[in-house]
Amino acid sequence: MELTAEERSMAAGDAGEGVRRAIAYQMQVGRFFGAQRMVPITNAHMMGDIEVLGDAGLAFLEEMRLLGARARVPITTNARCIDFDWAERLGQDPGECAKERKVIATLQAMDIMTTDTCINYQTLYQPHLGERVAWGDTGTCIYANSVFGARTNFESGPAALAAAVTGRVPEYGFQLDRHRRGSFVVDVAGARLDDLADWGALGRIIGEYRQSYYAVPVITGIARVPTADELKHLGCALASYGSMAMFHMPGVTPEAPSVEAACGGTAPGTPALVVDDAAIRGVYASYRTAGPEARLVVFSGPQLSLFEIKRLSELFAGRRVAAGSSVFVTSSNGVISAARRLGYLAPLEEAGVAVLEGVCFYILQNLSQMREANGWSTLVSNSAKIVNIIGAHRFRTVLRRTEICVEVACTGRLPDSSM
Amino acid sequence: MGQTAQPGGDACYVTCRSGAESGVTGSTPILTIALQRGFGPVVEGEALVSEEGFSPRYDLDRWSGLITKPGHKLEGASIKDRVCFFPTAKGGIAAGWAFNDIRAKGIAPKAFIFGVTNPVMVQGAILAEIPITEGWDQDPREVIRTGDWVRVDPERGVIELLRRA
Repeated sequence: MELTAEERSMAAGDAGEGVRRAIAYQMQVGRFFGAQRMVPITNAHMMGDIEVLGDAGLAFLEEMRLLGARARVPITTNARCIDFDWAERLGQDPGECAKERKVIATLQAMDIMTTDTCINYQTLYQPHLGERVAWGDTGTCIYANSVFGARTNFESGPAALAAAVTGRVPEYGFQLDRHRRGSFVVDVAGARLDDLADWGALGRIIGEYRQSYYAVPVITGIARVPTADELKHLGCALASYGSMAMFHMPGVTPEAPSVEAACGGTAPGTPALVVDDAAIRGVYASYRTAGPEARLVVFSGPQLSLFEIKRLSELFAGRRVAAGSSVFVTSSNGVISAARRLGYLAPLEEAGVAVLEGVCFYILQNLSQMREANGWSTLVSNSAKIVNIIGAHRFRTVLRRTEICVEVACTGRLPDSSM
Repeated sequence: MGQTAQPGGDACYVTCRSGAESGVTGSTPILTIALQRGFGPVVEGEALVSEEGFSPRYDLDRWSGLITKPGHKLEGASIKDRVCFFPTAKGGIAAGWAFNDIRAKGIAPKAFIFGVTNPVMVQGAILAEIPITEGWDQDPREVIRTGDWVRVDPERGVIELLRRA
């Protein structure tokens, strides 16, 4: 790899041991992918919470802090695993809560902004066309690459931290033009895509069709201008089911003025995949549960925007969560503060919905134990991502449209043939 | 063959762990698979061959090392000390920390062998100093079975089948 004088100096340890370790690690990752050089970034976003760090990860962060590692570009944090106001009620482990506080303090000591949100692209920072960033989780990456035309690979916690500490990333993958070209065309003209869950279902169909980080679908036939929340649910599902980091939508996304342009100038053949209403219905029909009872409904993964919270607030107004059921909404501090001020939270709280701040449901500390203690078996959500990602905790999951999710929340049952 | 990144003595991101514990033998391979690229030292171990992709977040109980996602084709299997073959990576940003965590808990695999991986798996494996490779000239699912004994040489870019189960 060709290094600049400054990078050679970092690698020699002139900027301290924390920087030296960070750039050495980045060079190893870059070498794996055949990167030729490092490129500067303007912004980083990292995952770092005790549920995924474990004791080893916390020790690593403390060591990096002691070695003088500090962010040299702004870096924000993803959703975490504990909302301290809810920890006791949710039966989360006090020892792990104490460690989570240590994680937060350690990150802050390295000048990391602990924003605790997985929708930074909606609430905190919107990079422009061609801007290089180092983001994770995957939902943030695919939104940055696709909707903003910014450039990032999936940067896991240690990689995003290293990027912030050195101010650069190795140039491979989606930092390079050649990986950003569309690789297959999907025609969705026959799908109405009315609800956020429909967009997630579309993401599942495309993601499962071609499960590869380097597959870039070009989605054509969109009937109307999609909203940011719709593209969010689509992107999160593509990243979750397909491990995909980018999509094009001609006329909508900035690197796709046309299908041909999205494909790098070559005229595409016939669509590789056609998705219509029947295919979307097929997704809803694919879930198997033990019976109609459904005692857990989750609106999370990704955190909700203010617009999503407003809609839920309207749907829950004057209703009550069924006795014996649990319903969760998660979002960021910023969104929840605004929702409270605007009066959107009161109807949710009066209905018995738990509104958690700064967390995402699937990463909650002690989730498996929580599931057992509450006797939760079936989880219903309008997020295609969360019904996929939560599997290791042994939930039976069901994707349903938003209005159906609210019905399930207030009745404790999945309606027959609900789609 | 391919690009190789070696964990070097002074390159460790985590404070360096004590030397490799691979227990490499000198047997002659029954067959060899060529790899596209890899990281890490030579290791040997029992193969765990998956028909399905993998994510430590989606599929793995990160306290026991068991694959627990209902319906995963390897549900109930342990990845501990295995050479794990997965056609694809799923998701997921968690691997970056999770591989280091499972290594510290003593439930890490010997190596990850992917058909197509994503950067998170690579970033996580390098942090944890677990060998990882990507790409193969022959699908392992056709020639290697769970329980077979294999050697992984990321630098030479080869998997060698040493013993049948």
